[in-house]
Amino acid sequence: MSRSPYLSSAPSVSVIMVKVMLALVPAIAAYVWVFGAGILVVLALASVTALAAEALMLKLRNRPIKPFLMDGSALLAAWLLALSLPPLAPWWLVVVGTLFAIVIAKQLYGGLGYNPFNPAMVGYAVLLISFPVIMTHWPAPLELAQANLSFANQLQYIFGASNGLSLDAVCMATPLDYLKTQLTLHHSVQEITTAPQFGLLGAQGGEWVVGAYLLGGLYLLQQRLITWHLPTAFLSVLALIAGAFYLVDATHFAHPLFHLFTGASMLGAFFIITDPVSGPTTPKGKLVFAAGIAVLTYLIRVYGGYPDGVAFSVLLMNMCVPLIDAWTQPRVFGHKK
Amino acid sequence: MSALINIVKQNLGLGSIAVNGGVHPPEHKQESTTQAIGQLPLPKRLVLPLRQHVGNLPKVLVAVGDQVLKGQLLAEAEGNISAAIHAPTSGTIAAIGDALIPHPSGLPDRCITITADGKDEWIAHSPSDWRKEDKTRLLERLRHSGIVGLGGAAFPTQVKLLTNAKSQVDTLVINAAECEPYITCDDMLMRERADQILKGVEIAQHLLGANQCLIGIEDNKPEAAEAMRLACTNSPLAQSVTLKVVVVPTQYPSGDARQLIRLLTGIEVPADKRSIDVGLQCFNVATVLALHRYFDFGEPALSRIVTMTGNVKIPANFEVLFGTLVTDLVKAGGGALEETDDYIMGGPMMGFSLPSADVPITKAANCIIASAPNLFAPAPPAMPCIRCARCADVCPVSLQPQELYWFAKSSNLEKARDYNLFDCIECGCCTYACPSNIPLVQYYRFAKSEIIAQDRAKEAADLARERNDFRLMRIEREKQERAEKHAQKAAGAKAEVANAEAAKTDAAPVNETPDDSAMAAKKAAIAAAIERAKAQKASAIAPQNVADAKPAVQAEIAEIDARREAAKQAVSEQTLSEQAVDNIASTRDEK
Repeated sequence: MSRSPYLSSAPSVSVIMVKVMLALVPAIAAYVWVFGAGILVVLALASVTALAAEALMLKLRNRPIKPFLMDGSALLAAWLLALSLPPLAPWWLVVVGTLFAIVIAKQLYGGLGYNPFNPAMVGYAVLLISFPVIMTHWPAPLELAQANLSFANQLQYIFGASNGLSLDAVCMATPLDYLKTQLTLHHSVQEITTAPQFGLLGAQGGEWVVGAYLLGGLYLLQQRLITWHLPTAFLSVLALIAGAFYLVDATHFAHPLFHLFTGASMLGAFFIITDPVSGPTTPKGKLVFAAGIAVLTYLIRVYGGYPDGVAFSVLLMNMCVPLIDAWTQPRVFGHKK
Repeated sequence: MSALINIVKQNLGLGSIAVNGGVHPPEHKQESTTQAIGQLPLPKRLVLPLRQHVGNLPKVLVAVGDQVLKGQLLAEAEGNISAAIHAPTSGTIAAIGDALIPHPSGLPDRCITITADGKDEWIAHSPSDWRKEDKTRLLERLRHSGIVGLGGAAFPTQVKLLTNAKSQVDTLVINAAECEPYITCDDMLMRERADQILKGVEIAQHLLGANQCLIGIEDNKPEAAEAMRLACTNSPLAQSVTLKVVVVPTQYPSGDARQLIRLLTGIEVPADKRSIDVGLQCFNVATVLALHRYFDFGEPALSRIVTMTGNVKIPANFEVLFGTLVTDLVKAGGGALEETDDYIMGGPMMGFSLPSADVPITKAANCIIASAPNLFAPAPPAMPCIRCARCADVCPVSLQPQELYWFAKSSNLEKARDYNLFDCIECGCCTYACPSNIPLVQYYRFAKSEIIAQDRAKEAADLARERNDFRLMRIEREKQERAEKHAQKAAGAKAEVANAEAAKTDAAPVNETPDDSAMAAKKAAIAAAIERAKAQKASAIAPQNVADAKPAVQAEIAEIDARREAAKQAVSEQTLSEQAVDNIASTRDEK
């Protein structure tokens, strides 16, 4: 009889997911402009795979299919994974990653709301460990590419019918990758960043995509779909550490802005670490979580074996979430500090 | 820290900070504030539930068939926390028994039904000169007033006005926030009867001896705030104490007593204490008005203002006699519009659906909303929690509703208690903000009732175990005592036999028959028994089963008794001194 409150203000889960996807649209547009329309194919491929996998798993788990397909969470995870992959990733790579994200990381743990790890990052990490060469082969931005890649060419790459076109011909080490390898050859940061793939702040061309992520993130903040805690803590701690290292030795450590505007920093700050299901819920906890990811990301970038570290850092910090939440319970009204 | 900022802000005239979290549901207050408070035609039948307040059921004083007058006491308060019930109009007691009451359970409960005679004939009024009368006598009288908190909590008012040496009230907070959507009864009351409210504030201030009175009103009621400000400047109270209208930002649930107290004073009442323990007491505006009507005119609690709104033709506020059926009120509102499928008592955030429109208006009924699907859409099916923590963001008590939900759902009740489930005020903000449409508050209510039931069961089990342990101990002791007695008897019998034999041999010539000696023994036994009985009577306070305990045990008992006696004396001395302090305090107040 008592079902109060009778009112509800909240947007439904589907509306939230759709708005987050909307926030990704500027970045996708920038992607198409910088790397070509191939990314759209990758996105479509990931979307179809995710929805099919989600439907199949829901059926196997004897859950209602329609409401859970409509919530949009599988689609969003697929998009985030697709945007983390190299733009000309072969189709099977996209399918394997998406299947892993949806089937193993999400549905086998209980579906929406029950996954302890960020599904997109699980998919990404599995691919990075299993297929490190393909995963670190990024095509050069169109303006830098030696061979002019048409959309048809891109499709050929994705569907494995490259007809003699070698991937190496269109690829270029990403700035983070290039920086890492060149530093081991005892070049200074200043020398390295004169290479063509370095732009004003981050990667030549890629920094537009990063800027679009920032724009989308601000939209999420404005829509109150995320709180300021996670992106602010992540970006500022990353900048602080990078800044400290940069101040100590500017020839071996890149400028803090470089760290903010390359790799998955911006995507991570607003779209990846803000996944509510696998993240902490308390305000203080969010700060700790994001700071932890920033520290780990920087350490992996500078001392680890991979050019970027956002995915691994997120997964490592996902493990700490129950502890973080338990430790950072806010003071309840009328209780002592 | 926030308390400090708040005080600084208030002193600088910057207004006060809003409640932590909270939500802004659409207000829907203007619909029912276009008309003056209306009167209902005298109903033919009034149903008065005995349970209209928090606390014990009152004791019924009338019988079926009795003629009663308006204002006559029908049921008197029983025990400390209870409230009396009076006849809202003159008529005949038609029934005393179970009837449907406005309660979420939809179960019937004890009610007194009155058939009105239409004369509306009053008992003799007995107003009191409350400024001169002794405070304890005033409070005793208040027990018979039937006044309870009219903001919705329905807590007996006399209990909240009771102060002693330990609980001195410095600040009296008048709750006029009325933060729930749709409800406007306090708003209209303040617009129309601000002067009377201030007279009630005077009485409450007098009884509590408060040094300042703060009236908290949300900023969506400017007319009411203005009326109250004017009344404050006209009130004689303004000369003796600080009397202030404080406008607070409109944010649900600022009308929760503890939230409002923090908004007005910056003081956060500790969760394990009552507000009176930190020198604060909070009353609803309508409650203090009822105090004025009772002491200045001798009118007990017979009616209240009720907002009739929602899907009705003419939403408005009405002065409604307790016991009036909701159907009569709906009629007064011009009747329900089409598609009305439900009636909600209270606001849309904390109210509940009535089991039927044939239930009476009670003391707690501040608002009736005719509900329709276009006003309150049925909640869509719940989705899994995605831990978005919107619920935590809006929780005014800073709980973690999403964690409590997990614990409640998995019946992990201990954990729920650890995460302060019992600090939840069930305001409904979390559910309001939940994108997954999870009925969170229902989970918390369930978990709370489960924990309470478990605690009760545990208490009962503990008591039973204790009793059983004691019983086993007693049986064991009795067995031992019996064995000892047997041994003594046996020894005694042996000695007797020996004596008898000796006597036989010694006093053979004496002319006494063995029968006589047996008689003498019997007589002696009877005398001894009488002696024992007398002794027992003399020490009647001592429990029977310890009368023949071992000396060591008896010594221990005596010691315990002595301690208890000493403690009793100490307590009585303390109460005496407390009374003395109270007397001094009251005489000082009178000065």
